[in-house]
Order: sequence, then C-alpha cells, then structure tokens
Amino acid sequence: MNRTDDVQRTVAGSEALEVKSVSKSFGKGAALKEILGGLSLTVGEGEFVSIVGPSGSGKTTLFQVIGGLERPTSGEIWIDGRQATGQTGHISYMPQQSSLLPWRTVARNIELSLTIAGLDRNEAKRSAAEWLRRIGLEEYAKSYPHVLSGGMQQRVSFLRALLSPQRLMLLDEPFGSLDALTRLKMQKWLLSIWEENRRSVLLVTHSIEEALFLSDRVIVLSNSPAIVLEQFEVPLARPRSEAMWTEPAFVALKQRIYELLQTGAGVKEEAGYANR
Amino acid sequence: MGNKTGVWAKVWPPVIVVVALLACWQGATMWGQVDSWHLPSPASIVQEAASANVWPRLMEHTGATLRLTLLGFAGGSAAGFLLAALLHLAPGLRAAVYPLLVVSQNVPIVVIGPLLTMWLGYGLLPKVLLVMMVCFFPISVAMLGGLTNTDAQLRNYLQMIGTGKWQLFWRLELPHAIIHLFSGLKLAASYSVLSAIVAEWLGTNKGLGYFMQLSAKGFMPERVFASVFIIVALSLSLFGLMTLAEKLLMRWRPAKKEGN
Ligand SMILES: Nc1ncnc2c1ncn2[C@@H]1O[C@H](COP(=O)(O)OP(=O)(O)OP(=O)(O)O)[C@@H](O)[C@H]1O
Ligand SMILES: [Mg+2]
Repeated sequence: MNRTDDVQRTVAGSEALEVKSVSKSFGKGAALKEILGGLSLTVGEGEFVSIVGPSGSGKTTLFQVIGGLERPTSGEIWIDGRQATGQTGHISYMPQQSSLLPWRTVARNIELSLTIAGLDRNEAKRSAAEWLRRIGLEEYAKSYPHVLSGGMQQRVSFLRALLSPQRLMLLDEPFGSLDALTRLKMQKWLLSIWEENRRSVLLVTHSIEEALFLSDRVIVLSNSPAIVLEQFEVPLARPRSEAMWTEPAFVALKQRIYELLQTGAGVKEEAGYANR
Repeated sequence: MGNKTGVWAKVWPPVIVVVALLACWQGATMWGQVDSWHLPSPASIVQEAASANVWPRLMEHTGATLRLTLLGFAGGSAAGFLLAALLHLAPGLRAAVYPLLVVSQNVPIVVIGPLLTMWLGYGLLPKVLLVMMVCFFPISVAMLGGLTNTDAQLRNYLQMIGTGKWQLFWRLELPHAIIHLFSGLKLAASYSVLSAIVAEWLGTNKGLGYFMQLSAKGFMPERVFASVFIIVALSLSLFGLMTLAEKLLMRWRPAKKEGN
C-alpha cells in the first residue's frame, strides 16, 4: 500500500492519468456491492502500465470509471493534468469484446471512431487505409466485421484505439479470447507498434507473463472491493523479445506476482466470510 | 446472399403445389359435382378476366386500389417511423404514450372506418387514413423496440470514446432499428392491401373492394375470383418488395442458412 502513496506524490499535470482514491459501488441498501475500494494509480506520459487482478475484481469497472461512463462513488479522475471525472471522450479504448458495428465495413468502423474523436473525415479515411495496409488487413477494408476471425477483429479494434488522437489508451484484455500462439503473435505485434510511437497505455490482462512482457510497470489488484495490492517496475530493457521470458528477473517477478494474487484472493474470501 | 440456383430451389416446390391445386380445382369443376355459379373453374375465371369487356375495368380498379394501398402504406410507415423516433428521443413522452400505443394495437382499426366516413365523407382521405392507421402500429412498435434494444457493449464503447446523444442515435440506434423496422414493414405491407379493400367496402365507386362487392351482388363469381387473385398478387408483391429492400439494405448481414 505504501507504494500507492509513493504514486500520490507525483506532480499533477505531468501524468497522462491519475486515479485518485476512486471507489465505486453498485446497487442500494442490502444489495449494495462495493467494487472499487478507494483505488489510486497513475500512468505517466508514454508509459506502458498493466493491471493484473482476479476475474470479477472490477477491472472493466475501473476502465468505465476512467472513461467517464460511470461516475465514481467517491474519488477523482485526472487526465493530462485536468479533472475528467465523469467526462467521456478523453481516452481511446479497446474494449474486452471487439465491439465493431456489424453494419459498417472494417475501414468505416475505424473511420467512425476517429471522426468521433474529432479527426477530419479525410484524414480519418487516409489513416485507416494506410494502417490497414501496414497490418496486412487491406483486403478486408471493405468487408463487414463478421467475415473476420476473432484475432483479426481484435487487431482492427486495437488499430481503432491506436489511431484515435487521445493520448491515453485503455486496453481491456485485448487478447483474452485468443489461443496461446495467436496471443503471443499479437503481443509481439502490439509491442512493435507501441515501441514505434510510445503512447500512454493502461492494459488489463489475466496473464502475468503478458503484463511483464509488455509493460514498464505492473499493478496488482486485489479481489473486489479492488485496491492496489502492489506495483512493480519491470526491470527488462526495450526493445523486448521472447528470449527475456527465461531471464531470472522475469521469472522471479512472475513468481512474486503469482503469490501475491493468490494471497490477495485468499484475504478476500476470509473477509467475505466474516461479513456474513 | 442466395445465388440463382439457391433461389430456384426455394421457389420450385411451392410453385408445384400451387399448380397442382389449380389442376385439382379445374378437374373438380369439369368432372365433379360443383356448380359453376358456386365455384367457377380457374380457366373460366381467366377467360372472364381477360375478356375485352372486363379487363380494362379490372385494371382501372386495380390501379385505384394500388394507389390507396401505397398512399396509406407510405403515410403510415412514415408516421410510425417518426413517432418511434420522437418517443425514443423524448423518454418522458414515451413513458406516457407507449402503453397507449400497445393497448391501441388491440383495437380493430376497421371499426373506425364508418366513423371516418361519417366525418370525412366518401373521398380518398378517410380511406388513406384508415390504411395509414393499420400500418402505423406494427411499424412504430417494431422501430421503438429496435431503437431501445441496442447492444450494451457497443453502446458503452461508443459512449466512452465520446459519442454524443445525436451521434449515438444516428450511428448506433437508427441502423440497429432498421433491422427491426423491416419486420414491421413486412407485416404492414400485407395489412395495407387488406385494409385498403375493407376501406373500399365502406363506400366508393372504384377499387377492387368495390368491384368485388358489385360482382358478388350481380352473381358473377368469375369476377369475384378474378379480384381475389389480383388482391393476393398485390399483397404478395408488396411483401416481396419489402423482402427485397431488406435484402439490399442488410447486405452486411452474415448469410443465413435457412428461412427468409
Ligand atoms: N452496472 C453494474 N451494475 C451492477 N454490478 C456491476 C455492474 N458492472 C459491473 N458490476 C459488477 O462488478 C463486478 C466487477 O465486474 P468487472 O466487469 O469490472 O470485473 P473484471 O475485473 O473486468 O472481470 P473480468 O476479468 O472477468 O473481465 C462484477 O461482480 C459485476 O457483477
Ligand atoms: Mg473485464
């Protein structure tokens, strides 16, 4: 917990994202359920931060609070040094499901997101076409989303987030529904694109390896009500490669986080039991 | 997208059944115990309809019915569409009006016909209004359903990246509602022909509804049946037209294995 206090000391305005003791409850009276329990974290400019946490701990809820879709019960969201609590439109987002409009072609889906974010229509068209070519999906530009495989849909969904002009990207389990091999391919692909243009990224994942492989910093969440259990700087150089998966530092950190997640989940079960 | 052979494979079996039924009918009237003034044979119906004396009149009445049907259908659809959009964008109004809309669906609209005639006379207007009212409900209800039941994931995504209320309406809710709209349009297409005929019974001197009544009173069953055939053909064509429009507009949809 003292590590989160560390984070609190950073100067406002210099961070891409600051989540200041945000809590969020759903329901009323007896059905009241606290999902986020006063959670604080930051993402620096150009920093890649990952969040790992048990399923159902409130990671998607956290993203919805950051994105302004849900208002926090208490606490504040600051984006680029400005108060953004409850405001939408400040982030680019890749949702847990690829969420492409089925009646728009792949290219027009991307264009829509870009124009909503304020890009000029021609500019959006040009950049969508160019990037679809770069990621090898140009032949699908005029196809409807249902024609694409799950992995392709995820790539389009990622591209949509990448090309949006907002500086902060939220990625909610971008590769959650993919098989291990495709997943690794996609991780390397994401990494290569990110290392080119270093956006500020907050990524949610279930995979500890994925978090370590991709990010500068890993934040471990507790079971709900979620708080930050601990944060770890990832001591791996960039550009990263698969070879690093066997480095002692990587393995040790992976073990650490794994244990933390297990005890974190255990603590919650006891607490839940005591409440009854 | 069904290719040519796929379409034919679907069309053939019912066509064969229809042809077989017509043949049985013809056979029954030729060799059976059916009086021709009860049930004329298909051949004699066609012969009567095609005769120089009847055909032009039949076409004139068909034209009148078609005009009434299309005016009512278009007007009713437009009104239903607009009301649905209005109720959707003004939730307060919706809460007040929607229950009434649903309840009123159970009122047989044709009973209002005599009232309309009483208030508005025997012209085109009361009849168009009647057809409009019949088409209006299925369309507004289908459309409202479509506007409301949009995918929550898509909605969340669009809202988080900053989509405003109007953009959400144009980009998500309306396109989604169009899918549902077509089930309403197909229903209304069939209703509209039927209600146009009923409207013509209420008093006029043109239209197939009028021609049918006239022929029935004059004991000319061939002409009644000829009218019936044309009415069925009109109804089917309008339905087919809607199905075609749906196919064209919904080309983005994954191809379905079976059904329409
Ligand atoms: N709108 C809501 N109303 C009530 N409860 C909600 C709502 N949204 C989320 N929850 C609850 O909050 C909890 C956390 O959900 P959330 O989707 O944030 O978890 P998650 O960490 O993203 O899980 P996963 O890793 O499986 O995606 C769940 O128990 C869920 O039922
Ligand atoms: Mg989630």
